[in-house]
Parts: sequence; C-alpha cells; structure tokens
Amino acid sequence: MDINKDLMAASSTPIVLAILAEGDSYGYAIIKRVRELSGGSMEWTDGMLYPVLHRLERLGHVEARWEVAETGRRRKYYRITAGGRTQLAEERKQWQAVDATLRGLWPALPAAIPNLLTQGA
Amino acid sequence: MMNPVPAASLEDQIDQWRGYLRRRQAIHAVDVAELEDHLRDQIGGLVEAGLAEDEAFLVAVKRMGDLDALSREFAREHSDRLWKQLVVGPETAGELRGRAATDAMIACGLAVAAALFIKLPAAFGVRWGEDDGFYARNLGFFVLPLLTGYFLWKRRLAGRTAGWLAAGFVVAGVFANVYPFTRGGHLEVLTALHLPIALWLAVGIAYAGGRWSEVNGRMDFIRFSGELFIYFVLIALGGGVLTGFMAMIFRAIGIDVEPFLVQWLVPCGAMGGVVIASWLVEAKQSVIENMAPVLTRLFTPLFTAVLIVFLATMLWTGRGIDIQRDVLIGFDLLLVVVLGLMLYSISARDPRAPAGFFDVLQVVLLASALLADVIALWAIAARISEFGFTPNRVAALGENIILLVNLAWSAVLYLRFLRGRGTFARLERWQTDYLPVYAVWAAIVVIAFPPVFGFI
Repeated sequence: MDINKDLMAASSTPIVLAILAEGDSYGYAIIKRVRELSGGSMEWTDGMLYPVLHRLERLGHVEARWEVAETGRRRKYYRITAGGRTQLAEERKQWQAVDATLRGLWPALPAAIPNLLTQGA
Repeated sequence: MMNPVPAASLEDQIDQWRGYLRRRQAIHAVDVAELEDHLRDQIGGLVEAGLAEDEAFLVAVKRMGDLDALSREFAREHSDRLWKQLVVGPETAGELRGRAATDAMIACGLAVAAALFIKLPAAFGVRWGEDDGFYARNLGFFVLPLLTGYFLWKRRLAGRTAGWLAAGFVVAGVFANVYPFTRGGHLEVLTALHLPIALWLAVGIAYAGGRWSEVNGRMDFIRFSGELFIYFVLIALGGGVLTGFMAMIFRAIGIDVEPFLVQWLVPCGAMGGVVIASWLVEAKQSVIENMAPVLTRLFTPLFTAVLIVFLATMLWTGRGIDIQRDVLIGFDLLLVVVLGLMLYSISARDPRAPAGFFDVLQVVLLASALLADVIALWAIAARISEFGFTPNRVAALGENIILLVNLAWSAVLYLRFLRGRGTFARLERWQTDYLPVYAVWAAIVVIAFPPVFGFI
C-alpha cells in the first residue's frame, strides 16, 4: 500500500514529535521506528526526514545536540521541548477529530468498496 | 584482513557520495555529517541482514532518496543558504544555461523598455526637467510594473495574481494623477516619496511568486530588496563616473553634451539600472554576494556605540533635544537605519544558532535607538500644538509610531530569545508579517492625505 505524499507530509510532524516524546532519538532510529510501527506501509525516503527535523528545530519544537555514539561516530540527537509537547497535543487533537469523522463514515460505506485490510490483502 | 579490497572501496564510495552532497549549496557540512551517520547506520544494518557491503551501499543510497529532491527540500527549509535559486526548479545544466540566456535577454529588453517609458511623456510634451512634479509622482510607474511583470514571468504566476497586481498599479496611477496638487507643494512631495513604498509591495508579491504567505518567501524578498539596493548604488556610482568622463572628454573637443546627459543618459540609465540590478541580484553574481549582511556586521557595533555615547552625553550634560522643524524626520531615518541593520542581520542568521554576542549587541542597539526616539517624541509632543499639524509632520509622526511599535516588539522578542524563552523564528515571523504595514501606511498617505489637507 502506498500512502499518498500529502498525507505523508502532513503526518510527519506528529509522528516525529510522538517518537521523540518516547525519548531522545536520532534520524536513523526514528526512521526504523516508523517502519516498525507501520508494518512497512509508511516508507519514508530517508533523507527527507532531516529537513523535517530541522524545521521542527527552527520552530523550537525540538532541540538538537551532537554526541559521540556507541559506534564511535558523532551523531546528532534530537529532544522534544515543552513547546514541542504542546504542539504534539494540538496535532493529536486534530488527527483525532479527522479519525473520528472517518470512523463514523466507514461502516456506512456500501459493500462494493472493499476493505483491503480485513481481507488480508 | 581476509578481504581488504571491498572495505577500502566502501570508504571510497562513501567519500564519493559525500563529495556529491558537498557540492549542493543547500546542504551544509554539518548536515552532510548527519546524513553520513545515517548512511553508515543503514549500511551496517543491511550488512547485518546479510547483504554484501557494496550492495548495502547501493540500497542505503537509494533509500536516502534522489539527491536533487533532497537538496531542494533542504533549500526550502534553509532558504537563507540558497535564497536566490530557491524558486528555480529541478534542471539539468543545459536547461539551466538556456534559461539563464533567456532570462538575460528578457531583463535587457525590459531595461530598454523602462528607459523608453521614461521618455514617453516627453513625446506628449511633458518634458523632463520642466514638469518635475509629474515625473516625481510617477517615477515608480516607469519601472516597477516592468519589474513586477519580470517576476510574474519568471515565477510563472497565475493570471489572477497578475490581474490583482495590475489593478493595483492602475488604481495607484489614478490617485497619483487625478488630485489637483499644488505644484511643488508638500502633498505632491509626500505622494512622490510614499507611492514607491506602496508599489514595492506589488513587486514583493510578484517576487515571492506564490510564497508570499510563507515567512521564508517574504524573508527572501527582504534579502532581495537589500541586495538590489546595494547593486543599484554600485551601478549608480559607475554611471556617475561614466557621466563625468563623458562630459569632460567632449568638452575637450568643444562639444557640450550636458543636455544629452540630463535629458537622456541620467533618466534612462536610472530606470534601466533598476531592472538590470534586479536581474543581477537574481542571476547571483557571486562577486558581491550577500553584501547587506556584511555591511550590517560592520555597522551594527558602530551605530550602537554612537547611540550609547549620544545618550550618555545627553544624560551627562542635561541637554534637551533642540526641536527644529525637521528633527522628527531625522529620528525617523535613524529608526529606519536601525531597522535595516536588524533586518539584514536577521536575514543572514541561522535561526537555529544559539544566542551569541552579536545578538546581545543587536538588543543594545535596539534599546538605545528606542530610548533616543522616545526622548525625541516626548520633546516634540510637548510642542506639537505650537507647530501645528502639517501633512509633513503627521506623516513623519505616523512613520515614527509604526517603526517604534515594530522595534519595541522586536526588542521584546529578541530579549525572550536571549533568555531562552522564545525562538528566533518568532522574531523572523514578526518582521515579515510587518511588511504590509509599511505599504498600507504609504497608501494612506497617498490616498487620504491630499483631500484631508486640501492639496497644499
């Protein structure tokens, strides 16, 4: 299943912030976590994550610091800020509203529109 | 050391990949380091999963994404690094060259058109040097619509925006010419000074090319305006030297070229110069790239020192400000300079960088300028009824208040940033959001002042 580009872009902020809310992290680990959580259906182009992280940093939602990782290489870690948590709460409210709306509509759909997920496609 | 060759070649491959990335101006060294760490993690993960190193490298690079798209994303986020080429889409070198040539041709054509436009009224009997009022009021119309058109073309803007901007120019043209101004009166001068400020907004909307609603789009326009000003001053200096030599060598053979210089070279050159300067800024002549921030760095400490010494002297000697007629305009100009210094240091600053010494200096500059201005305003307010509300004074007062509000809130946002309570992006947003305020005030002066003050 391919998720369309606009949806990917719109969901990137809450996803990244929520992952960072679990604990400080870095780019590669964030991508891995997204892949795990979505069961592979959300395939981000790896590089594209970094402009997103930099935007969040500019807006003050996350803070970055360089550290020497266990691999011996320097690695840039990101941490969510208080402002980022507020933003995440706001995004969560919005996504829940969208989700609730769609949930109300799905059961009413005619059977002609297949539900790929329950068919195990 | 069973198999040393592939290991070495992996490092080579990574080196090469790093080299490709480094050539992208939008991706800085720290970002390359961050991406490289990612690439190595990815390769490590894939090798663990059983891939050979060279296969793992290929897969990892592929997952990283198309470099053109990636560098465009970086440019969009870090528009300060690459603001001039931002609006240019993905292109091959050949297309890029072809586009540059077309661009140069169009710009030259428009420069010639601007030069002809300024001579057009002369064909209808309104001669340059005779009806100064007409030319002063309409100066903006000879070149700014062409400049707007140039950017509309360059950014491939939709017809609706173009329509609105054209309507704006027409309305402005009507207001500049239907009022029965007293020749050489205060209001004619005010209109001549304020109309270009209002029209500059139209150029900005065209320049931003659909990104006017974004902070980065407006910030790019601020950068463009600063560079354009510097290029234009340089061109004007060159033009002055050319004119001087021309007058001198022709005088040597007994021919007076002054009428030609005054009637043709100066007005046509100035109009064409604006278009050429805009094109030069766009074409990114790397010779004097981003000059405005450099000048800012140089003059911020000097202006700060002068203002502090001024305030200290005033305090020490107990001298009040001697209220002359034009003192308010002088302080307006001071605030404009301080605003410019701040704007161009903001425009070149990495918003993610932590607060440094220069930021503290910037706040000191803001605070001292505000203090000096408030003292001046205080002195003027006490005697304003005595002087009376002339249009000049009301305009100057309005501008002073607009600048004061801008700088005062900027100082607050800056202080919050220094104390770690706010982000630098807030300050950027405030400055770029404020841009229309200048244009709106200028429009009010042009449209409302003449009837209110009786066209004096």
